[in-house]
Amino acid sequence: MNSSDLRQEIDRRIAAADAAGAARSLADLWFKDHSASTAWFACSRYEQLRPKLNLLPYRLAILRSFTVEPMVPLLRAAAFSAGIDLTVRLSEFNAHAQEILDPASSLYELAPDAAILAVQTRDIAPDLWHDFSALNAEQVQAAVRRVTGEFCTWVRAFRQHSQTHLIIHNLEQPPIASLGILDSQAEVSQTAAIQQINQALRTIASEHSGVYVLDYAALVARYGSVQWHDERKWLMVRLPVAAQNLNRLINEWLRFLHPLTGKVAKAIVVDLDNTLWGGVIGEDGMAGIQLGPEHPGGAYQELQRALLDLYHRGIILAVCSKNNSDDAMEALQKHRGMLLKPEHFVAMRINWGDKSQNLREIAAELNIGVDSLAFVDDNPIERQQIRTQLPEVFVIELPNVPMEFARAIRECPRFERLSLSAEDRQRSECYQKQAERELLKQTTSTREDFYRSLQQAIEIAPLDKSTLPRISQLTNKTNQFNLTTRRYTEQQIWELGSSPEWNCFSLRVRDRFGDNGVVGVAITRKQDKTCEIDTLLMSCRVIGRTVETAFLSFLAEHARKHGAQRLTGWFLLTRKNAPARDFYSNHGFQILQQNGDDTLWELNLEQTQVACPEWIQLHFNGDMG
Amino acid sequence: MSSQLFERVRGIAADILELSPNQITLQSSSENVQTWDSVRHLNLILAFEQEFGLQLDPEEIDQMNNIEGITSILEQKLNHHG
Repeated sequence: MNSSDLRQEIDRRIAAADAAGAARSLADLWFKDHSASTAWFACSRYEQLRPKLNLLPYRLAILRSFTVEPMVPLLRAAAFSAGIDLTVRLSEFNAHAQEILDPASSLYELAPDAAILAVQTRDIAPDLWHDFSALNAEQVQAAVRRVTGEFCTWVRAFRQHSQTHLIIHNLEQPPIASLGILDSQAEVSQTAAIQQINQALRTIASEHSGVYVLDYAALVARYGSVQWHDERKWLMVRLPVAAQNLNRLINEWLRFLHPLTGKVAKAIVVDLDNTLWGGVIGEDGMAGIQLGPEHPGGAYQELQRALLDLYHRGIILAVCSKNNSDDAMEALQKHRGMLLKPEHFVAMRINWGDKSQNLREIAAELNIGVDSLAFVDDNPIERQQIRTQLPEVFVIELPNVPMEFARAIRECPRFERLSLSAEDRQRSECYQKQAERELLKQTTSTREDFYRSLQQAIEIAPLDKSTLPRISQLTNKTNQFNLTTRRYTEQQIWELGSSPEWNCFSLRVRDRFGDNGVVGVAITRKQDKTCEIDTLLMSCRVIGRTVETAFLSFLAEHARKHGAQRLTGWFLLTRKNAPARDFYSNHGFQILQQNGDDTLWELNLEQTQVACPEWIQLHFNGDMG
Repeated sequence: MSSQLFERVRGIAADILELSPNQITLQSSSENVQTWDSVRHLNLILAFEQEFGLQLDPEEIDQMNNIEGITSILEQKLNHHG
């Protein structure tokens, strides 16, 4: 269906009140055509459908020194198609400093979920950009200090007035240095001065939680400074970026927006033939497939390197291939060109069955939602089939040429992470151990024997700086066993933690197979004789092992020791947290209040005990009071 | 003037000005279309540059205040390239 037919179809479906159908066609349209005109069309139709779609509202402020108005519809259309209803507010032209410094400015009034600070080198450092040749070493250093100081002041002021995420563009290099080729040999170098500022930005970001650097210099360099800029538009309308590059800047913003909104892929499922290697293993055999350092096998090794990088980022790798299992396994295990080994893959479906069914099974096996899967396949028919049958799965559009496969994976915003915890780095290993636990479960006769044989030890700790990033990460991405699904930034948690009414606990679980790391969080608030559980969540990989009961027994005991007579907690129903629905009723809580799908539960601490299961060793790393 | 080019221009202008294609004529301009303000004008120019893979010069942009002007500039530019 061509683009104008699709537009008509979308309007027909909207007229017929078929919101889901219209949304599918809109996603299809945007997927086929990321042009500015399509972006306008898509935004206007998504706005009509907004009340009927389950979109995540998100507010973004852009503080800028140049024209970004034409980027807004492109960004919103991309966000809409990913399920995000994005409101974008632009600062007045070149008024970023006032807006950041003034606590009463409209920036803070809007209370954005995130802000982008996009300032060009020539705007913040006109002396370094235009007049560099005329400056002596001292003047250059003074300029570097001034610019660094300005960024520092802005970030501090922003943190004083707001707890939201701040993404700062670093400074791009001029296409040709003022000193020409001398710049690389000179003691006082324009390139070095700008790099110095960028280095200082990294330090500033590392000193504040929720502050990130967007490497604008690298983005411009990736596509080439001369190609990136359009001097005509800069001089006419203060738009420095050429029309052809607008979507590239959008994509860079999306690389932050996806992890910020939790719209990320947790696992990537890859095909084998003509994807991980060239050729068909069942026909070409071990000696015939293309895979190795030289052309044509090199392109496939590059793809494998990109996947290995994702593996080290904590993204789970899985295989889904139509093949004879023996042929495929032989290549995976023994081919000398394979950089990925069977142990890198946590789940495998090598059979002749339907791929959408296989993907469903993989998601179930990994205990994650189908919408956390990304799918890579060279075959456009397989991709289209998944898009239609499992629209929640993120399907990566592979280019026609294998040499470009690796880049398609690396560019994808769904694999971005804002921070990496130790848990992320060991994720796949954890899943391997999970498989061993499953095996144990099948071989022990009773449930209690299984619990005992796990030899679980849990360690509960009060909030501290070392667990803060992981705690915030868990509140932002845990969907299934999460009683209230409240999302918190590191900053917010730290502030809660410093108030005497609030307590925040992390939960670490070890068992005979190893350390699962920090896998649970509880946040409580005590007022008078009532202690309310604000947040209680656990990573799904420790669910069903009675760890949740042990955690609750601790919370009840801690509350009692601190003088509470009642332990209360809301269960707020979402589309995903059904696994936690019966948690309070199973532990003797009574319904106190009902509000639509949401229920407030209460446990009388003077009458009811929550016992820690005898097979769990519980240790608290703090003062019980 | 090629009618095929006009249809493409019409489709793009309709999206950005939030009208249906048949509401766009050669005479449509920033004077008589309410949504055609300076922000939309910049968006139109960028959309044409994106769609046709070209860069427009300031003098050309000055002549693109109505659909007829847009179509004839694009036609010149495309023929020149082809």
